Amino acid sequence: MFSLRDKNLAEDIVSQIKKAEVHLKFMHVCGTHQDTLVKHGLDVLLQKCGLEIGQGPGCPVCVTTPKEIEEVIVLAKDGKTIASFGDMIRVPGASSSLQQMKGEGCDIRTVYSIEDSVVLAEKHKDKEVVFMAVGFETTAPTTASVLLRDPPSNFSVLCCHRLIPPALQAILDMGEIKIDGFIEPGHVSTIIGAKPYEFISKDYHVPQVIAGFEPLDLLMASWMLVRQIQQGTAIVENEYSRAVDKGGNQKAQQVIKQVFEPMDVKWRGFPIIPHSGLMLREKYASYDARKRYEDELGWLAEKEFAEPAGCLCGDVLRGLISSKECPLFRHQCTPETPVGPCMVSSEGNCYIEYLYSKK
Amino acid sequence: MCLAIPGKIVEIDKKKQSATVDYGSGTRRKANVSLVKVKRGDYVLVHAGFAIQVLDEKEAQETLALFREMLSLQEGA
Ligand code: SF4
Repeated sequence: MFSLRDKNLAEDIVSQIKKAEVHLKFMHVCGTHQDTLVKHGLDVLLQKCGLEIGQGPGCPVCVTTPKEIEEVIVLAKDGKTIASFGDMIRVPGASSSLQQMKGEGCDIRTVYSIEDSVVLAEKHKDKEVVFMAVGFETTAPTTASVLLRDPPSNFSVLCCHRLIPPALQAILDMGEIKIDGFIEPGHVSTIIGAKPYEFISKDYHVPQVIAGFEPLDLLMASWMLVRQIQQGTAIVENEYSRAVDKGGNQKAQQVIKQVFEPMDVKWRGFPIIPHSGLMLREKYASYDARKRYEDELGWLAEKEFAEPAGCLCGDVLRGLISSKECPLFRHQCTPETPVGPCMVSSEGNCYIEYLYSKK
Repeated sequence: MCLAIPGKIVEIDKKKQSATVDYGSGTRRKANVSLVKVKRGDYVLVHAGFAIQVLDEKEAQETLALFREMLSLQEGA
């Protein structure tokens, strides 16, 4: 369709980055970016040019907390039908995973879209269908859009949606690593546009580039960040203009606002990040699984659930270590026997590293 | 999960706010189009069963030229 391959151009970009003679550390927050970087060896190539590019908390399944997984497990045990995206179902929780629960006879369904779970609820009026809604700004409008169309009353949502810009701010505020620039996720940005990132450049003087997912997109975005740094500027640039409008998708933004309000939530590996999550507005309370099943879930509110023993997903998600630095990587922890979510999800750093790196 | 795949709208059912999207090599699937304004022939990005954005075909075709121009400007600077 729109093929973006041009070897000479790629070489030109790389040689210009090399010429800049820099030593910089960039972070991106998207599993698809990580996939492109590792699959095409761009991570190694750019490292040779003085650029280290790592993945932060950009995998929605990975940042979902053990407590949220416990919530769906409790509901599954209680006889509800649980629907979610495939990766989520395999993530190990503190007591079990949804996949294990399925083996034990619970009704767990993998769906491709939230609409599939609504169809399920329509077809099985005798069942209570709970959709575990994970995902960033890209996915939140799909949940909102469905709730605006009066789904059946036996349908509800366990909302685990999270927002990217507050997480970027949290990483900078925590100050554990030096970040010279952010490569912003193209698909999140198709929804939110450029504006929600601007405060980061303004308040923290960190350059940002919204990038697409072809190898050339990521090379170009890296080059644009280098150029900003050389020029001493810190703004939000848009490399992915073929899909991202600076104002974003207004319609999607509007449905998000209509259905959700921001809330403070914890992310795996992070403390509570202010205004980084979405909860359903009061008007949609009857679809809010946490309100509807308060009796079943209420006791979980004050409880804490530990990370899987030995798993360093938290450090990986904060960009502190690479997957290979986790002692369990490739030993106890493989895609067949995942210890943490970063080895389960196709957007997880450990999974991607495992998939493409040599032993 | 934030993966979005580009495809071409080949048919629209306005009432149901759904469209048939052709992803090439014979793969066609329905997508919800309530979040975008589309017409037949448009290219869209589809995420989790929903079209989330219309791709700017002109912009896409000019992407490489634009990159080259940016690079040469820098080179000349
Ligand atoms: S390799 Fe496995 S155990 Fe280690 S951080 Fe990744 S998911 Fe966790």
